[in-house]
Amino acid sequence: MRLAYYPGCTLKTNAKSFEISAIASAKVLGVELVELTRWNCCGTVHALAKDDVMHYIAPIRNLIRVEEMRDEGIVDENILVTLCEMCFNTLKRANTEVLKDGEKMRKVRENMEERDPAYRGEVEIKHFLEVVKDIGWNNISNLVIKKLKGLRIIPYYGCLLLRPRGLGIDDPDNPTILESLIKSLGGESVEIPFKSKCCGSYHTVHMEQVASELSHRILSQAAEAEADLIMLTCPLCSYNLGDRQEEIKKSFKGLRTIPVVYFTQLMALAFNLPAESTGFSENKPDPTVILKNKDLL
Amino acid sequence: MNGKDEKFITIYIMGKKHMVPANLTIMKAMEYAGHQFRRGAGCRGGFCGACSTIYRTKGSYKLQVALACQKIVEDGMIVTQIPFSPADKKRYDIDRLKPEANTFLEYYPEISRCLACNTCTKACPQDIMVMDYVQAALRGDVKEAARLSFDCIGCGLCAVRCPAEIVPYNIGQLARRLYSKHVVGPASHVLNRVKEVNEGKFDEEINKLKNMPKEELQNLYNSRDIKV
Amino acid sequence: MAFKDARRTINYGFQNESFKFKVSELSGEDINLCFQCGGCSSGCPLAEEMDFLPSKIVRMIQLGREEALDSETIWVCSTCFNCEVRCPRGIDVANIMEALRQLKLRKKYSHVSLDSLEKSKIRTLPQIAIISNQRKLSA
Ligand code: SF4
Ligand code: SF4
Ligand code: SF4
Ligand code: SF4
Ligand code: FES
Repeated sequence: MRLAYYPGCTLKTNAKSFEISAIASAKVLGVELVELTRWNCCGTVHALAKDDVMHYIAPIRNLIRVEEMRDEGIVDENILVTLCEMCFNTLKRANTEVLKDGEKMRKVRENMEERDPAYRGEVEIKHFLEVVKDIGWNNISNLVIKKLKGLRIIPYYGCLLLRPRGLGIDDPDNPTILESLIKSLGGESVEIPFKSKCCGSYHTVHMEQVASELSHRILSQAAEAEADLIMLTCPLCSYNLGDRQEEIKKSFKGLRTIPVVYFTQLMALAFNLPAESTGFSENKPDPTVILKNKDLL
Repeated sequence: MNGKDEKFITIYIMGKKHMVPANLTIMKAMEYAGHQFRRGAGCRGGFCGACSTIYRTKGSYKLQVALACQKIVEDGMIVTQIPFSPADKKRYDIDRLKPEANTFLEYYPEISRCLACNTCTKACPQDIMVMDYVQAALRGDVKEAARLSFDCIGCGLCAVRCPAEIVPYNIGQLARRLYSKHVVGPASHVLNRVKEVNEGKFDEEINKLKNMPKEELQNLYNSRDIKV
Repeated sequence: MAFKDARRTINYGFQNESFKFKVSELSGEDINLCFQCGGCSSGCPLAEEMDFLPSKIVRMIQLGREEALDSETIWVCSTCFNCEVRCPRGIDVANIMEALRQLKLRKKYSHVSLDSLEKSKIRTLPQIAIISNQRKLSA
């Protein structure tokens, strides 16, 4: 099955390993992720004010591209797959809003370039995790070559994969999708209370200390739970919890190092894909030490 | 131009009504109406980007763009020039920059505000996919940003229309500089020519021109062969 | 753990009907539904950094108190929607925060100006951080 796939800006820079490992593991599942043609930045965050139609233009423009690809037979479904959870939320919210409100749809259409066809409203936004889930946890287990045995993994959801209600991919009060994935890959899912609390998000730009504090709560809970890794789905969470971890340790002495990886990297590892496909060399902090200790690398 | 069947039409230059010959460009029509260009005209050939113009036509809400030296006037055209767009051009040492997304963000962080509204593309008299090159820069695709912006003449119309206050042509220029400096590298024909210049291949010709009487030089210039 | 909000009281006495109306309209939330249970505030990961807790902001809107616009809270909120999933009355407080931010941003106020950020900092940030920050906090 060929599905249109929306990378988003950061998967082309800081989060390359997310993209590479996702495309490679999708192949194992029989899914070809075809990069959306002429995609543009979705805006990363949702427009919430009720009269704010301008910010829907960017996400909807991408959905027009999906319909075009489907019409041209480049992909098999009117589905857009995302990896970054912020892109997922933004695209899905914009789609939901214009489908719900004809007036918004009309305004968005009128403000598109004349050359572009009108958005028909046929596209469904799916997070890659939903694609994985649809394949079935048992089927995923059967594809695993290298079980992630003894690997203690925190399923970290962040905010926008689960909330707001109705847009999220799982029950916001009791999510299980990441836990199920970890189990299917043969790993051990480790609970922490803050698995879906905010990492500090975009405050990392101008309120570093606040972001550090929020991320520290999550990291210290993970350390206390004796986890080996944090597994997540968002390049901004990954930046705050991973790339900034050294910096956070300066403010919070004694914090143990905990590598942060994308869920697709662990899939690629369990499917026994080569190092180019797991992309662990790009993660900060380095996860390879712990993976070697567990005989997984 | 003074033929019997010459047709006149009405245009509005900055709100003032003028009758002008129908076959003139906007620039010539403005001169015909008595305007003198101190700014807003350069090459008169569609290359320099000095003559950016915006206009509307009767019965249409559309704001249209043109180069005054290229566009022929239309009846009922309401027109004004935007000869300059204020922009803060950053100083950088291209040798030290890396061809990646954060280079654009470092000098022009406002590209992060791009709404993908496509207004810039609609404003471009060169029919460049302006939004697409800004977006390419934002995701660090230097090659694509350089390729798409190649025909930019820096007229500035995109910059005055952008709701995110981005100056797209500065982005395109940085992209092309990064691309040529760090991706393709120096062109061999340019290096050869520089070598030839240094070796004195053109000295004789240059000296001839230098010593030529002014009048002869003028004649030579006026009768020059222009390749279009 | 020091809450900035500690001991801060809000001014009672109804003030500005049109402000209340504007916030309801922009947020799409029925602000009268709030019965001040405090659920939103107890789940808010940024509560400590706020000068008024989210539930207090909601109360201020109910009372038409425009000073909600001057609170730090609306800029500290990270739009994480924890409040949304907790509210027993079905109010999405994140939408209210956005409405308040928009009321400021639409009057040429930028909370975070890109000009004030250090270049060296920008170099290390992923696009996703800068873009979202600007979308939420600049005009
Ligand atoms: S990209 Fe902008 S500056 Fe360049 S030609 Fe087009 S409108 Fe003019
Ligand atoms: S006009 Fe500005 S905001 Fe709109 S697409 Fe162009 S660069 Fe982006
Ligand atoms: S959305 Fe804002 S107010 Fe609501 S819980 Fe999150 S940070 Fe707090
Ligand atoms: S959770 Fe809902 S009802 Fe309770 S205080 Fe917050 S907004 Fe009001
Ligand atoms: S005068 Fe140079 S482009 Fe028109």
